[in-house]
Amino acid sequence: MTEAAPERSLDAGEPPVEHRSRLRTTYETIRQNRLAVIGAFFLLVLAVVAVFADLIAPYTINEVNIADRLAAPSLDYLFGTDDLGRDVFSRVIIASRVSLQVGFISVGLAVAIGVPIGLVAGYYGKLTDSILMRAMDVLFSFPAILLAIAILAALGSGITNAMIAIGIVYTPIFARITRGSVLSVKESVFVRAARSLGASDARIIRTHILPNVLAPIIVQTSLSLAFAILAEAALSFLGLGVQPPAPAWGRMLNDAQGFLGSAPWMAIFPGLAILLTVMAFNFLGDGLRDALDPQQRSVIESRGVSK
Amino acid sequence: MTGFVIRRIGQMAIALFGVSIVVFALIHFVPGDPVRIALGTRFDPEIYEALRERAGLNDPILIQYGNWLLAAIQGDLGVSFRSGQPVTGIVLQRLPATMTLAGAALVIALAVSLPLGILSAIRSGSKLDYLATTASQVGVSVPDFWAGIMYILVFSLTLSWLPPSGYTQLSNDPLGWLSHLVLPAFTVGLISGSILFRFVRSAVLEALNQDYVRTARAKGLSQMRVIRDHVLPNAWIPIVTVVGLQLGFLLGGVVVVELIFAWPGLGRLALLAVEDRDFTVLQGTVLYIAFIFLLINLIVDIIYGWLDPRIRYD
Repeated sequence: MTEAAPERSLDAGEPPVEHRSRLRTTYETIRQNRLAVIGAFFLLVLAVVAVFADLIAPYTINEVNIADRLAAPSLDYLFGTDDLGRDVFSRVIIASRVSLQVGFISVGLAVAIGVPIGLVAGYYGKLTDSILMRAMDVLFSFPAILLAIAILAALGSGITNAMIAIGIVYTPIFARITRGSVLSVKESVFVRAARSLGASDARIIRTHILPNVLAPIIVQTSLSLAFAILAEAALSFLGLGVQPPAPAWGRMLNDAQGFLGSAPWMAIFPGLAILLTVMAFNFLGDGLRDALDPQQRSVIESRGVSK
Repeated sequence: MTGFVIRRIGQMAIALFGVSIVVFALIHFVPGDPVRIALGTRFDPEIYEALRERAGLNDPILIQYGNWLLAAIQGDLGVSFRSGQPVTGIVLQRLPATMTLAGAALVIALAVSLPLGILSAIRSGSKLDYLATTASQVGVSVPDFWAGIMYILVFSLTLSWLPPSGYTQLSNDPLGWLSHLVLPAFTVGLISGSILFRFVRSAVLEALNQDYVRTARAKGLSQMRVIRDHVLPNAWIPIVTVVGLQLGFLLGGVVVVELIFAWPGLGRLALLAVEDRDFTVLQGTVLYIAFIFLLINLIVDIIYGWLDPRIRYD
């Protein structure tokens, strides 16, 4: 073992080998985390359900059947029916699409804005850093959901604006995490070497810094998806997100409030759908963190905003 | 320490300045004319002009901002587009209800998370740890408004133990006040407690793994004394910080929960303002909440710096 060590360290110095083995150990670590596997599996099933929702759902979303209104769960209606006799199961299934869509697009937006800000702020430091990060602090000064509500009040309700609002709210967290990681690698030997060879800033950031700060960003993305789905549900619940007749879990919960006594299933199932989806993203995020970024102690620590 | 405090106050002032720009810009992002939208079908040219003039919307934008900021610093946030009442008054009237709810939720969160977090860490891997950790996973993933609806379903509609929503004055009817507070406070408190639990558990676990704890054990100290004298004092600092931050988040976190329980606080005020398109009230509410949020962060940071001298030199 000790004899082989010098040879090995030479091998490990080559980027491709290092990269592959890291991917492999990451995969192995995640596979050993039971909750992360459960989360990933649930999300996979959910993605398939969302894509084939129209085929899986026994009824169409707005198929009204007044005769069967407020029917309790049965074999005909697995999750019961709502006040218009619409099948709650079909609506929960089809609404998964919009939740995932809003989640991915809004977090994508937050990554697309936040990561470059963090890269530039961390890399250039000084005044650039101060200005950018103080601007991020401002966004951090509002409770997340309140800021999203205020943005939607200004932009107007709707699914597109909801994605923009959630994206803006979660931008600072990506900027902060990226900046922190950049600071820890920018004085590394390989960065200084690249600089002394005359590489441009853009090239150094792209080929040397970005790949080395990806781990915490990936972890944060999974956790942010959980919060984005919670935020979308809350906004739709308030009538500011997805607009009827499109079904959304949050919206369905709002409709359910008036029938809590007579048809509790209208409230129970969409809520369970949100809970399980968010939990799956959290499990996966926790697993990714343990595998990729062991220093980061807790999900919630990086949560910063939210709730 | 003084330098640290002054620096932090300066940072807060800068953040507050940025917040004021965002809150001010809010009203100007509204497509069209906010006053016309607010008046809606009750449009009256005279009231319209008066409101515009009063809100200063006829001046150049920088002057508008300057005037608004100067007035805001003096506590004047304009008048409601809807009721004509001063915004500051409306906001301050609602503040106690929100503080009460946030405070009660924090008490519940602490009562749950401190003992359970410490026990879970000490007996890490035990059945109790497993149960508490699982419960906290649910707690951090559950939508607060759904939890509230489920509590109403169980404790109000099914068991009839507690009223589903509403508010009574403490001075008029202390028992009624308490019974209305229980469900919303638990809705927010248990979620917040789940977040705190994870922090407490990991802070205590980390302290347990330190060399000085091993030394204390090696000296033959009892488990009780090791925990009390060596583990907790060191786990304390991160916990204090998170508790402070949680109080800040609670102020925002109660927004949707207030709506469900018809709790007359700032969150519900903001939502009603959105619905009525009463932008001055929305501005005022958001500004106040952000201000309190920043103030709490400042106090937490100062306490943190005082507890842990290393922070001051960062």
